[in-house]
Amino acid sequence: MDFDQILFHLKGIANAVDLELRFGLVTGIVFGVLLQRAHVIRYDRQLAALRLQDFTILKFMMSTILVAMIGTYYLYDQGLVKLSIKPTILGSLIAGGILFGIGWALLGYCPGTSAGALGEGRVDAFWGILGGFAGVAVYSEMYPFMKETLLTMGDYGKITIPQVLGVNHWYVIAAVSVLILLFFAWAEKKGL
Amino acid sequence: MKCSKPWNDPGAPVPLGASTGFLKIGGMIYRQFDEEEVRENEYYQKKEHKVDWEVMMILGVVAGAFVSSALSDDFALKGIPDMWAENFSGGFGLRVTAAVFGGILLGIGARWAGGCTSGHGISGTSLLSPISWAATLCFFIGGIASAYVVHLL
Repeated sequence: MDFDQILFHLKGIANAVDLELRFGLVTGIVFGVLLQRAHVIRYDRQLAALRLQDFTILKFMMSTILVAMIGTYYLYDQGLVKLSIKPTILGSLIAGGILFGIGWALLGYCPGTSAGALGEGRVDAFWGILGGFAGVAVYSEMYPFMKETLLTMGDYGKITIPQVLGVNHWYVIAAVSVLILLFFAWAEKKGL
Repeated sequence: MKCSKPWNDPGAPVPLGASTGFLKIGGMIYRQFDEEEVRENEYYQKKEHKVDWEVMMILGVVAGAFVSSALSDDFALKGIPDMWAENFSGGFGLRVTAAVFGGILLGIGARWAGGCTSGHGISGTSLLSPISWAATLCFFIGGIASAYVVHLL
């Protein structure tokens, strides 16, 4: 990396007057503090979740979904936000998802929590992050071969569950909320 | 997968995803080694590699977790997690190898599945996207199965 490029990147960071960058940084800091306070960025916690011994991470995820789902759809109904839906492409789902899961169990952190674990001083997260960069590079080599084949299989576009069911989104939100609350009750009863 | 952003599309939320930041930071690093490869690679062309929302979010997570752990006495420089040392070994080499290999699979898997535990697991599920619920299920199936197998060894 030559000096000009280093300067370019430093300027990018320094120019945090830019709304976009400030938004990202503040979101990240809040996310990092909450992940840390919830103690979900530890290897031991992540593995305990995957070995079904401790549901802290699942409870953290479900609480987040409950709040974000109700909040986002409320704002959406008020016309204050638009939804950024990821496209549903079945061809990318199973292989990608399972590979991700195997990597998660081996490293003991997912991408977001590895950044958090690094902040907590867990050096092993750093090796995982370097591996993650390499993994993206590997995927970029696979992408041209899959783009016209696997990645077009079962492409349903940007759909949501309420659209598929043809019902108002609040029915789905109510059903998901009830399931999450039942999950909480069950997990607390089991002491997980 | 181009997401709308609040500053050019007033009111649209940005999906909170961590692996997109990995893609961009990784792309910026890769570019230092092989500029041409990254410029000509179709997948990297889909995303701009500059310091932007997703990259700042990752930096924010590191900073937020650092400040929070330092204030609550949780900060510790550690290379080998307790559970790892208990089950496998206290050696450095095995942990580094598993972490790098796990990271590579995470990187491939997250980009292949179009998101990670943040983008699909928290963000996409909240928006009631069917792929996000299915992907999160696959993450857990792969994770639970391999955590089980690895701990049998």
